[in-house]
Amino acid sequence: MADIHEAPHDVTPLPTYFFVFIALAAGTLLTWYASTINLGWANTPIALFIATTKAVLVILFFMHVIHSTRLTWVVIIASFVWLGMLFVLTFADYLTRFWAID
Amino acid sequence: MSDVTVHADEHVHHPFLQHQFEDLGQQHEASTLGMWVFLATEILFFGGVLMAYWIYRTIYPEAWALAGEQQNTLAGGINTLVLITSSLTMALAVRTAQLGSRRATLVFLFATMLFGATFLGIKAYEYNAHWHEGLFPGSHFTWHENPELAPKVQLFMVFYWGMTGLHALHMVIGVGLLLWIISRAWRDHFGPEYYSPVEVMGLYWHFVDIVWIFLFPFLYLIPHFGVLHG
Repeated sequence: MADIHEAPHDVTPLPTYFFVFIALAAGTLLTWYASTINLGWANTPIALFIATTKAVLVILFFMHVIHSTRLTWVVIIASFVWLGMLFVLTFADYLTRFWAID
Repeated sequence: MSDVTVHADEHVHHPFLQHQFEDLGQQHEASTLGMWVFLATEILFFGGVLMAYWIYRTIYPEAWALAGEQQNTLAGGINTLVLITSSLTMALAVRTAQLGSRRATLVFLFATMLFGATFLGIKAYEYNAHWHEGLFPGSHFTWHENPELAPKVQLFMVFYWGMTGLHALHMVIGVGLLLWIISRAWRDHFGPEYYSPVEVMGLYWHFVDIVWIFLFPFLYLIPHFGVLHG
């Protein structure tokens, strides 16, 4: 990969860091505020969505993954795919154990 | 070192270029990739605990809601902001190391360590309160409101202490690693050509921040959703 040798010279512009920081702080206040309103079933997905968005911002910009090589992307995506399999297969068992059999 | 003489006609070796790498760019790439492989194991490690927590939450929603009410949301929220700020200063430390500013790198690394210590201080305050409220699992656990739910509330607290404790352990390790990086920055080891240790330190620090980004809603906000509200 051609960009390997240029990797040490990717300097993120300051405004990017500050914008991400403000987004993370706003997300924290938003998730707290959203938790004080009763939105029924929607409360949990909203909290998870905000947390996931914040995590993606940190990974892409603070951890410089947006400038990383494809090999790094493969490792990161693979780790989340495995985590997803762990969640889906385990929940497929536990969350269906109490279903009534008609 | 025979290595140096062999390559002496090509170029002078950077003092921190290990002999198995072609150049500093390749070495940097290997460092960050290796760190990400480690973080992949950490993602599955924390992910597995979160999953166990979630399964019990679906089985004991009332106990989870009651236990969630015992959490100090303000302290948790402030700690989230403290950690996010520490991530910003960490990112700025990497940036200033890239730009070769030793003084600014030291300032930002020190600020990151200070915010990390602040987080641990607030966490210690919460732990102390829970301890005196009898919310530490074990023989001193006390829960009188609804005795039939006591074992399940205690189970939540096992997850609470376990997850925040593992996270705090990572923070303590992070602060220790920062001391080492600060000592290297002090000795002027970093610059535009070589800043991989600062970058890898940042990867670790930001990862620990991400774990907290999930722990905050999971342990402080979500437990009472749909039960006490609805």
